[in-house]
Amino acid sequence: MNAPTVSAPTRTEILSVEDLAVEFRTRSGIVRALERVSFRIRQGETLGIVGESGSGKSVTAFTVMGLLDRAGKVTTGQALFTTEAGKQVDLLTTPEKELRLLRGKELSMIFQNPRTALNPIRRVGKQIEDVLRCHSGLKGQALQERAIASLAQVRIPDPATRYAAYPYELSGGMCQRVMIALALACSPKLLIADEPTTGLDVTTQATVMNLIKDLAVQQNMAAVLITHDLALASEYCDRIIVMHAGHVVESASTHTLFTAPRHPYTARLIASTPEPHKTFADLLPIPGNLPDLRSATLPPCRFSGRCDRHTPECDQPPLPNTTVAPGHQVACWHPLE
Amino acid sequence: MAKTSKGTIIAQRLLSSLPTVIGVVIVTFLLTRALPGDPAAFFAGPAATPEAIAEIRQTLGLDRSLPEQFFIYLGELARGDLGNSLTTGQTVVYDLTTRLPASLELTLAGLAFAIALALPLGILAALRAGSWIDHGVRILATAGVSLPTFFTGLFLLYVLYFRLGIAPPPTGRLDILYSAPNQVTGFYLIDSLLEGDLELFWASLTQLVLPAITLGLFALAPLARVTRAAMLGVLSSDFIRTARASGLPPLQVLFGYAFRNALLPVVTTFGVVFSFLLGANILVEKVFAWPGIGSYAVGAVVASDYAPVQGFVLAMALLYVVLNLLIDMLYVVIDPRAGVET
Repeated sequence: MNAPTVSAPTRTEILSVEDLAVEFRTRSGIVRALERVSFRIRQGETLGIVGESGSGKSVTAFTVMGLLDRAGKVTTGQALFTTEAGKQVDLLTTPEKELRLLRGKELSMIFQNPRTALNPIRRVGKQIEDVLRCHSGLKGQALQERAIASLAQVRIPDPATRYAAYPYELSGGMCQRVMIALALACSPKLLIADEPTTGLDVTTQATVMNLIKDLAVQQNMAAVLITHDLALASEYCDRIIVMHAGHVVESASTHTLFTAPRHPYTARLIASTPEPHKTFADLLPIPGNLPDLRSATLPPCRFSGRCDRHTPECDQPPLPNTTVAPGHQVACWHPLE
Repeated sequence: MAKTSKGTIIAQRLLSSLPTVIGVVIVTFLLTRALPGDPAAFFAGPAATPEAIAEIRQTLGLDRSLPEQFFIYLGELARGDLGNSLTTGQTVVYDLTTRLPASLELTLAGLAFAIALALPLGILAALRAGSWIDHGVRILATAGVSLPTFFTGLFLLYVLYFRLGIAPPPTGRLDILYSAPNQVTGFYLIDSLLEGDLELFWASLTQLVLPAITLGLFALAPLARVTRAAMLGVLSSDFIRTARASGLPPLQVLFGYAFRNALLPVVTTFGVVFSFLLGANILVEKVFAWPGIGSYAVGAVVASDYAPVQGFVLAMALLYVVLNLLIDMLYVVIDPRAGVET
């Protein structure tokens, strides 16, 4: 397709989101939750979506999965997904009946708070079987064996016993492994991990993330990691897009983003991230808050109210999306040098 | 990890209900003695001499001290003797065994009707929250619970029996043309089937329909409301999102995942509703001339007839204990976490 420079077939594009906009109709007005969101992800690649709470990371994921709340409406854009059969489908216009057959089979998602993300009154093995049954048509003994194999794949010790466990009998980390087993049971082509380590302790976080990364590499799977944790994203992602108030403000390879950020918000975000050699006083908070997305008079650049490089020019639509280097886009009038 | 087995949990529940039963025995005994009115005087009749009254009092054992009476009562209880009813002239055990099944059959039929209607309506209302279905269910539920059962009963009788002539006359459990089936369970529907008498089954069924609907309409409201609320809560929970994200079929998500989780509060309400139906069906029994336990107990209280009242309360208490036990067992079946903390 449009990846002439990469030679191997392993680099085919899995998902291409173009110009996505999502609105929520609420009692207090229309929330323009996403605007002009575009990103691409290739096979075997891990893409990070970072940003503070309310920046639209999860809404993006839910929109792609077709799990958007009924109040949410996609107003523009497309999300082209390359299926196993090599067909390109727009996830945003695919009817729910067909989309359901893709979910859990070709594109999967794992969530934060693994303890509540699993059915509390169903054995974890049975929950995995439910997914396998509806996507693979396996039955009986074979089905159970596959479910146990899925548990073994996420390195759960003694999977045959854990198969019969209920979520309340497992630790948070174990539950997240079960979630991963559930999501990867049908070997999807794309995995979206929405804050997968939130609520887990730090050592468990590393194990869970390493597990996701290893399995992604092993299965040559594309993965989207949604997180507010820059350090986490820098460690596990090949490319990162930074979101702020429903806009993608910058997208670049992880190395470029951290060594040479061009968008003021990205730079601010990095400066506010704790690191071992930084003291508390070194951390720079980002002034202001996210703008009210219900406002009818949102500025073209939604960061302008918090930005110290703001000039009158910034209030002139449209906001540019400049390619400053190959694979490096910045949505800013005055990017950093 | 030592797990408490289901058997242990049930045994624990049984044991823990013993004090309740003992308490009920003591309280009913004291309460009936505290009722105003002198049964001896009542039964001697208005023209009786004081000597006649004293004699009756002696034969009834009412001249002894309270503790004495209590121990006599306990002794009789241990032999399964609940005394005699002064009003019907039968033993209380006989009266209860003939009348309790009538009430139970009515209550269970009413509940079955209520559940058959309330669960689907509650689920629909939750799925289409804010729609006309939701509002319709709310109106039906409010009407059901706010209209007194005797009114609903009379209204249904007026329309379906008097005006349209579809329903049979309110003559109790069977039309006078039929004789009752041999008592096995005491439920006419079951007993008639055991005898293979389909005509009798049909006859008792048609008699049962109107009172059961009357009772069921009353029970509909709490069940439908709780089902709706529980379903709404569960449908927005994380694991339903997981199930949908896994591409599970909508029906499996709805029933296999959401409804089973919503069942717990529904079952709790179910127990409460069952308890109050047993009490509430007294009016329905009156309206439909149903020979149930409720009208029997009221008659006994009015006549200061101790033994039936004691027997009634005791039977009810035991019924509640069994009911609560059943509900606890249902919890254990539905929710693997139930009983873990105990």
